[in-house]
Amino acid sequence: MSAPGMTGVTVPRAAAVGIALVGLATVPLWVGNSYYVDVASQILLFAVFALALNVLVGYGGLVSLGHAGLFAVSGYTAGLMLQAGHGHAAADLAAVLVTLAASAVFAVLALRSTGIGFLMITLALGQILWGIAYRWADLTNGDNGVNISTRPAPFGISLADAPSFYYATLAVFFLALATMAAFVRSPFGASLRGTRDQARRMTALGYNVWLIRFLAFLFSGFWSGIAGLLYVYNKQFISPQVAALQSSAEVLLMVISGGTATLLGPIAGAAIVVIMKYVVSAYVVRWNLVLGVIFVAIISFMPEGLVPGSVRLWRRLRAPRPAGKPGAPP
Amino acid sequence: MTLWLTLAVNSIAFGGLLFLLSAGFSLIFGLMRIPNLMHGSFFMLGAYFGVTLLAVGANFWVAALASAVGMAIVGGGIERLLLRRLAGQELAQVLLTLGLSFIVSDLCLMIWTGDPWQPLAPAELRGIVQAGGMIFPLYRLAVVVIAVVVAVALWLMVDWTRLGAMIRAGVDDAPIARVVGIRVSRLFTLVFALGAALAGFAGVIGAPILSVYPGLDADMLPLALIVVILGGTGSLLGALVGSFLIGFLYNFGQARFPDLAYVILFLPMLLVLVLRPQGLFGKSGA
Repeated sequence: MSAPGMTGVTVPRAAAVGIALVGLATVPLWVGNSYYVDVASQILLFAVFALALNVLVGYGGLVSLGHAGLFAVSGYTAGLMLQAGHGHAAADLAAVLVTLAASAVFAVLALRSTGIGFLMITLALGQILWGIAYRWADLTNGDNGVNISTRPAPFGISLADAPSFYYATLAVFFLALATMAAFVRSPFGASLRGTRDQARRMTALGYNVWLIRFLAFLFSGFWSGIAGLLYVYNKQFISPQVAALQSSAEVLLMVISGGTATLLGPIAGAAIVVIMKYVVSAYVVRWNLVLGVIFVAIISFMPEGLVPGSVRLWRRLRAPRPAGKPGAPP
Repeated sequence: MTLWLTLAVNSIAFGGLLFLLSAGFSLIFGLMRIPNLMHGSFFMLGAYFGVTLLAVGANFWVAALASAVGMAIVGGGIERLLLRRLAGQELAQVLLTLGLSFIVSDLCLMIWTGDPWQPLAPAELRGIVQAGGMIFPLYRLAVVVIAVVVAVALWLMVDWTRLGAMIRAGVDDAPIARVVGIRVSRLFTLVFALGAALAGFAGVIGAPILSVYPGLDADMLPLALIVVILGGTGSLLGALVGSFLIGFLYNFGQARFPDLAYVILFLPMLLVLVLRPQGLFGKSGA
């Protein structure tokens, strides 16, 4: 993908970014109701999750259907540590470490293959984690899930109310976005894209394709774990449903609906899916049906995703039309 | 001792069901190169079709066969109308079947509600067989017989008929099969419909044992997935051996280590993936 505006930031672009920043920073002020502020926090934390998955799906060409498992491992580890009476710092550190370990196991097994094989192995691994969350009741409390009573208070700032939690999530979101942007422009990001497009040539050039993918998986797992932590603190509850195949499919839908291999796509996708989930759930109980229909529709009709699709449409509208054939379809 | 034997009989019966489910899954995977993530949906939808027919008084076998035909039409239709549009884009096809599986599961919940349905076994098979002081439920034995009959029929078809030869050619090398004049795209529809029919049939046959409930699809799909990874894609023998292996692991795992049943189930799959990625009976490089 060419990156317009990397050399000369245009005025409309800067304005759009400015408006977005001001909008994001003032959400608790204009949303008011703390329930909707919580929804906004969820959009941000799922955006982090979708950005993490996009590292593999978009830049690595590796479609994982087990990422909800990693997300849940993090949330469960923190929840169970807190329940066992440990402090927030220990619980959070353990969550990140356990998620990284799980990601490493996932990567070693799944990277024996690419394409469909990778998808199937990650799906199976995700199902194992779901099975543990659901069936190993002694450890995970089974279907009843795990409750946590408190949110952490970093630097002495309480995150108990919705706006302060929102700002904490926003901070993490910006951090994630910044690392993703740095990653995309780094030589490492370029080499990951190389393994996606021309794995054999990358090998011939002396790159260790397996290692590049492995590290990308860890990077993706790390941010998935951070998102899982935010989730468990946001809801103060986690249940096996979080690790289910539906959840993996939801986050994948966020990535592909927004547009893979873009920074903005997964964020837009997260917003679309989370908002739709809340709106749909408020009126009908058929969220899975809607999820399935959107999935099928996007894959069949707009496979490039909504953001690149809209960008394409926008460019076409603004481009000077060839004389004599106004509005001719391409 | 009796407990072990009962478990063994249950395992074999469950293995038979799994074979009916995963034989089609394996053929679809072998031929079209995609895991059909709505295979569990065919199983559940077929089962719901069947129990509905039973509820209005249909004969059990008629219901099972009608369900198979219904699923063949649904499966063939999906292949023709949706999957065909994405020919060559395997990833998109997989995701399409995933999306469809969500739609089917929610529609089933809408139509048949959340209450489980458990039909009785056909009247002539409700009894028990006594042998050597042991008691075997007749229906479970019948399920094994049905699975073996279907396995033999499939084997005869794949190994001894012209159609089977074309399918094998398609599994081995679809582009070359096309070059020599085999209409591979027609095979796709046929195999997809056949797989769906077998899954739907299995759903009805399994209903007296497993019952039919929301989430049955999500319970069965991973099992088919493991069976095929274990056995190797496109291999009927692999599907057969894998099915009985998983049948035993599932039942004994559930009985002995209910907490970790799922982990036990997936361990052999992981071992196979690490040691023999093409599956026990798969061809190398597949």
